[in-house]
Amino acid sequence: MTTERIQKTFAACAAENRAAFVGYLMASDPDPETSFECLMALVEAGVDVIELGAPFTDPMADGPAIQKAAIRALNAGGSLDATLGLAERFRSVNDSTPLIVMGYANPVHHMGYEAFAGRAEAAGIDGLITVDLPPEEDGPLRDALAARGIAAIRLATPTTTEQRMARIADGAGGFVYYVSVAGVTGAGTGSEDEIRVGVERARRLSRLPVAVGFGVRTPEQAATFARLADGVVVGSALVEEVRKATESGHIKSCVKGVSVVAKSLSNAIRSARA
Amino acid sequence: MSETIERPNAWSQWPDANGRFGEFGGRYVAETLMPLVLDLEKEYRAAKSDPAFREEFDWLLKHYVGRPSPMYFAERMTEHFGGAKIYFKRDELNHTGAHKINNCIGQVLLARRMGKTRIIAETGAGQHGVATATVCARFGLPCVVFMGKTDVERQKPNVFRMKLLGAEIVPVESGTGTLKDAMNEALRDWVTNVENTFYVIGTAAGPHPYPELVRDFQSVIGREAREQILEAEGRLPDAVVACIGGGSNAIGLFHPFLEDEGVKLIGVEAGGHGVETGQHAASLSGGEPGILHGNRTYLLQDKNGQIIDAHSISAGLDYPGIGPEHSFLHETGRAEYRTCTDEEALDAFKLCTKLEGIIPALEPAHALARVGDIAKELGKDGLIVMNLCGRGDKDIFSVAERLGVGI
Repeated sequence: MTTERIQKTFAACAAENRAAFVGYLMASDPDPETSFECLMALVEAGVDVIELGAPFTDPMADGPAIQKAAIRALNAGGSLDATLGLAERFRSVNDSTPLIVMGYANPVHHMGYEAFAGRAEAAGIDGLITVDLPPEEDGPLRDALAARGIAAIRLATPTTTEQRMARIADGAGGFVYYVSVAGVTGAGTGSEDEIRVGVERARRLSRLPVAVGFGVRTPEQAATFARLADGVVVGSALVEEVRKATESGHIKSCVKGVSVVAKSLSNAIRSARA
Repeated sequence: MSETIERPNAWSQWPDANGRFGEFGGRYVAETLMPLVLDLEKEYRAAKSDPAFREEFDWLLKHYVGRPSPMYFAERMTEHFGGAKIYFKRDELNHTGAHKINNCIGQVLLARRMGKTRIIAETGAGQHGVATATVCARFGLPCVVFMGKTDVERQKPNVFRMKLLGAEIVPVESGTGTLKDAMNEALRDWVTNVENTFYVIGTAAGPHPYPELVRDFQSVIGREAREQILEAEGRLPDAVVACIGGGSNAIGLFHPFLEDEGVKLIGVEAGGHGVETGQHAASLSGGEPGILHGNRTYLLQDKNGQIIDAHSISAGLDYPGIGPEHSFLHETGRAEYRTCTDEEALDAFKLCTKLEGIIPALEPAHALARVGDIAKELGKDGLIVMNLCGRGDKDIFSVAERLGVGI
């Protein structure tokens, strides 16, 4: 039932002829309280979908920005458990913004797929992206999530062929997360033409909205992707604001930093197709 | 009316089509890498059934690595322990000084077959890095080795060797700067350079088909050992013993003996300061199943599923996971796993050097420490083969430091 929030949001954005803005932050970064304030700032700044990173010690698909965010979060007591707690708190004050948890398999596996699904439902989480669970391995978790109405969101990449995309589409939920470039988060972006082909293929075969992420940093890039896809995901550029604030010693200033960056990205995405 | 009874779960027929050894193994990688590991599997199947591939591999093992490695009766160690006869499989005599090169040759030949033009590898102690850099030099391939910053500092001789061999060393600062972080960084490089790069994984772990292909390339150890001990003693051993980090030398020794159910398979994990202290690298004895680096296997992890750093005096065993086939052999009981502390390994290191005139690497010194117990358990009629998988030249500096000797 909660996947409805994702559908409704993408449908509402489509009705406004614009891409959805998906904003990523790491849960508990730089600390649980400030992390919550940053989420509220994202919504205030125009983010349509929140992606909440669950910290992991070995984030092998992430670039330096999100690796460091994970370390800050873990040092502040972050965990999958704390991520669920933050989600629950967010949901208690916001009933409309879709909330997606993004992370790695081990903490979820360790909690137990059924236990996680139950707690995620109770916390009002709408979807889960598990970076290292490809379709070959996500069956048991997907079943547990489906029983609770939570979407198992899958990734497609520049290495995804037509045949492979069909496999990914079969069982994908919520939206398809299209990784713009073969690489880690926060690195360069792929060519516009390649992304267009990849997004169209993902949309055609999955019949789901397609959001593009990895390497989207500037409002210009966000606008370009907003013309190609149904959603634009920005992570590293927002997370960098938290790093800057912690390094400056004014930790709370990240709330403002995140807000400013999110607003400029939001404006770019909203006006991209005008 | 004879009935052919097929053992449906013959030990050696794993992994299954999904790359699983029972509940362990699999392909837990980012989607970007999935087409690559599927392609690698296809190419490996083709190479496996290609006599020319086998021939080139065997030729290089014989003439470049120096195989077969001898099977040596360790008479004075046998006398010292006063129990079963102890044989050493002398893989420390291989070119580059350890078993690692068997696998590197196999994987680099695969890379060439697949038209890949750049090789990457991770390394802890530097043995796998040196072996990979060596084979890359031999084939004129550029080689990038990821090594934790902490390990770069404590393994300077191997860093210099790799540089001499033409490899580029990337010190990894992320995480805690050890082997697991080097592996994370190698995976990040691979996902970024998918077109031209082949990742030579150093142990029998990672996403399918790596655990299988590393095992197959290392199984030359067990095949030779089985033949040699039959020739020397006219019978199979009662136990074969090897140390375990990721477990590639052990699985290479064990695999050809899997169906010989009278042969005990004994792996020795690094107990560090003692498993009870929490500072160790014994994934089976002190960990639980989880998902890391492409496979489901036993891992050192905390109550939140975060990975815990391993500790061992031996950098080559200092890894918080273990190859999935060992997890399977552990759960099914086909193999037995014991531990050995840093102190016990040091004692065995000194003992072997004095009694046999062989300086073992700290890794097999762990196995050696338990061989004494096993020899006593089996008694005088017993027969043990231990894989002496590496030589200790690389370890003399850290051993000297540990013993408080300046050199």
